[in-house]
Amino acid sequence: MAVCIAVIAKENYPLYIRSTPTEDELKFHYMVHTSLDVVDEKISAMGKALVDQRELYLGLLYPTEDYKVYGYVTNSKVKFVMVVDSSNTALRDNEIRSMFRKLHNSYTDVMCNPFYNPGDRIQSRAFDNMVTSMMIQVC
Amino acid sequence: MEVAAGGGCGAGPPLLLSESEQQCYSELFARCAGAASGGPGPGPPEATRVAPSTATAAAGPVADLFRASQLPPETLHQITELCGAKRVGYFGPTQFYVALKLIAAAQSGLPVRTESIKCELPLPRFVMSKSDAEIRFGNAAELHGKKIQIPYLTTEKNSLKRMDDEDKQQETQSPTMSPLASPPSSPPHYQRVSLSHGYSKLRSGTEQMQPASYEARQPIGQPEGSSSEGPGSKPLRRQASLIRSFSVERELQDNSTNYPDEPWRITEEQREYYVNQFRSLQPDPSSFISGSVAKNFFTKSKLSIPELSYIWELSDADCDGALTLPEFCAAFHLIVARKNGYPLPEGLPPTLQPEYLQAAFPKSKWECAIFDSYSESMPANQQPCDLNRMETSVKDMADFPVPTQDATTGDDKQALKSTINEPLPKDTSEDTATSKDCNSLKARPRSRSYSSTSIEETMKRGEDPPTPPPRPQKTHSRASSLDLNKVFQPSVPATNSGLLPPPPALPPRPCQTQSEPVSEADLHPQLNRAPSQAAESSPAKKDAPHAQPPSKPIRRKFRTENQTTESQEPAAAVGGAAPTTMVKPHPTVQKQSSKQKKAIQTAIRKNKEANAVLARLNSELQQQLKEVHQERIALENQLEQLRPVTVL
Repeated sequence: MAVCIAVIAKENYPLYIRSTPTEDELKFHYMVHTSLDVVDEKISAMGKALVDQRELYLGLLYPTEDYKVYGYVTNSKVKFVMVVDSSNTALRDNEIRSMFRKLHNSYTDVMCNPFYNPGDRIQSRAFDNMVTSMMIQVC
Repeated sequence: MEVAAGGGCGAGPPLLLSESEQQCYSELFARCAGAASGGPGPGPPEATRVAPSTATAAAGPVADLFRASQLPPETLHQITELCGAKRVGYFGPTQFYVALKLIAAAQSGLPVRTESIKCELPLPRFVMSKSDAEIRFGNAAELHGKKIQIPYLTTEKNSLKRMDDEDKQQETQSPTMSPLASPPSSPPHYQRVSLSHGYSKLRSGTEQMQPASYEARQPIGQPEGSSSEGPGSKPLRRQASLIRSFSVERELQDNSTNYPDEPWRITEEQREYYVNQFRSLQPDPSSFISGSVAKNFFTKSKLSIPELSYIWELSDADCDGALTLPEFCAAFHLIVARKNGYPLPEGLPPTLQPEYLQAAFPKSKWECAIFDSYSESMPANQQPCDLNRMETSVKDMADFPVPTQDATTGDDKQALKSTINEPLPKDTSEDTATSKDCNSLKARPRSRSYSSTSIEETMKRGEDPPTPPPRPQKTHSRASSLDLNKVFQPSVPATNSGLLPPPPALPPRPCQTQSEPVSEADLHPQLNRAPSQAAESSPAKKDAPHAQPPSKPIRRKFRTENQTTESQEPAAAVGGAAPTTMVKPHPTVQKQSSKQKKAIQTAIRKNKEANAVLARLNSELQQQLKEVHQERIALENQLEQLRPVTVL
C-alpha cells in the first residue's frame, strides 16, 4: 500500500499528488520532488538505446530510512512516483509493478476524456477512487 | 343558463351576461361542477366546503380556477365574499357567475365591487395550460371528462413540480434548486392542497420520474404508485427554454413502467431526440462519435468543464474516447438532468447503462445484431492507436463479471483476445475486478499497451532520422585533421587521396590583398594532398585571421573528433576522413566504399563550385591588375610631365 502517489508531467510539474493525510504532506511532496532527479538520471542512462527498449518501470529509485520510492515513466515522459512505507516488507516488486500498471490504465482513461486538457491537474473521480484504493488505509 | 341576478344571495343588482360570457361561464361552471368529486384534501380557506350538490361547483376546482386567474389572494377573498358564496356556503351558478364577472373586473383593473360588474367586461382570463385556452373560449363540445382532467393535469404537474422541488430540497438538500426557481406558469405553491384530489384523476399513463416525489406521495395516501411525470415534463420544458442550441420542441409525456430510477430514465421522445442529435453529428447510428466532436457539442450546453468531464467519465463506459449511440444518449441525458438541477450521480445509473439502453428500446434503430457487428468491428473501427497499443491489463476481460446481455462485449473481448498474444498476469485481475464493480460496463477490454504505440514508434523514428550524408570537407580538409594526422600515419590518407579529391580551398576575400598569397599557399598543400603538418599548420595559422576559414577548420576538427569518439556511428559520416576510421573499423570497408562514392560525388560538386568561385576571383583580380597597371602608367606619365625637362 502506498503512502504517497504522484503523477508528474513531462515538464516536471505535478499533475496529481496525494498522500495519506496523517503524515506531513510536505515531506512527501519534497521526496517526490527530489526523486525526479533520480528519474531523470535513469531515463538518460537508458536513453542511448532505442526508446522502445526502455522499460517503463524504473524500479526502486532510492530508499530512505522510512520509505522507499518507486518510479515509472510513460512514453510521453509522464512520471508516476510512488512512496511506500519501508516497514511494509510484504510488498513485492510485482505488486508495485501492478500498481503502476493500474495507475497507467487510469491515467489513459483520464486522457481519453476529451474534456481533459493534457497538462491540467487531474480531477477525475475515477482516478481518485483508484488511487484511494491503492493507498494505505489509515484508520 | 339563467341570467339570474344575485338575488338570493343579496349580491346586489342583477347580473347581465353577454352571450359569450354566458357560454364561457356556463362551461366553466359545468366543468367545476362535473369535475369536482370529493377531494379529501382541505379546501382552500376562502372556499368553504360545499354540499355535494350537482348544481354547485365544488370548492376545490373553483378555487383552482380562481387561482388560475392569477389574482392576488385578497382579491379572490373579496370576490368570493361579494359573490355570496361565503354566505350561502356554496358556489351556486349565480355565485359562480358573479364571481367570474368579478374576476373579469379585477383583471381589467376595476375595483372589486358589485357595481363594477354592471358594465361590459371582457371574459375573465384564467391562466392554465394552453389546452385550457380552447376550453375557455367556448368549445362546449369538448367538455368531456378527459378535457376536464387536463387543467388538473397541468395544475398537478405544476404542483408536482413544487412538491418535487420541496421534496428534493428536503431529501437531497441539493443546492442546485436555483435553476428550478423560475416558476412555471401555474398557480402558486399552495396548489398542492388540491394535489390530493387531482391525483385521483391521474391514474394512467404518466411517467415516473422522481423517486423523491414517489415516496412523498405515499404519505398523501395515494393507493397506487402512479406518479406524475412532472419532473419528466419539467426537464423537457427546460430544454426548450434553457437549451436553445439543442432546439427541443415541447415533448409530450409518455407511458412507462414503474422503475426506481425515475430521473435517469429516458423517455421515448427524449430518446428520439437524442438519436436525432446523434445522427446530426454522425450519420451512422451504429458508429460512434469522436471525442472532439462530442466535446464541441456538449460544450454548447454551457455546463462547466469539470462537470462535463465527469459526465463523460460516467457515460463513456469503455473509456475509448468515443461515444456510441447508447453512451451518447446516456451522456445527453445526464447533461439534461444536470441542467435541470439534478445532482450528478456517483455512478452510472442502471437505466443509463448502454446494455440497458439497448435492451430497453429494441424497436429503435439500434438492433442487437447491428450492435453485435458494431462491437465486433469496433476493434477495427477504432483508431489505430487503440488497437496497436496492446496492453497487459487486457487480462481484465478474463475476470469481469460479464452480464449475460453483454454477449456482444464478450465477443468483442474474444476478438481482441485473439489479437492480443500476451501473457496475462493474474495478480491484478482481482484488483481490477473489484475496482470495476460499480460499472460492469468496463468489461469492455481496453486494447492498450504501454510498451509503445506504433505511432510513437514512428514518431520517434522520425525524430531520429538516419544520419545525414557525410560532408566530405570534414573528412579531408587541410586543417581539420590536424590533430588526427599527428596521431595517424600520413600514408593512410595517401591511399585515400586517390579516392577523395581535395576539398576546395577557401576563397580569400578579394579586399584582403594579403590573403592572396595565403590562399595560394593554401591551395598548394591541398592540391598536393600531402598533409604535412607544416604545410597544414601554416595555412591554418594564416587562416586564423580570416573570419571564414577558422570556423571551418574548427568545425571540421570537432566533427572528426566526434567521429573518432563515436566509433559506432555509421562510417558514412566518417567517410574518408577518415584515415582514422578507416584504420579502425576494418569490417566496415565495404560500407565505406559505397559511402566513398557518395563522398566523391559530393566532393566533385563542391570542387566545381569552388572552381567557379575561384575563376570569378581570378577574373576580378585580373581586372584589378589591369587597373593598377593603368594607374601606374598614368602616374608615370604625370611624373614625366612634372619633372622638369632637364634631361640633357
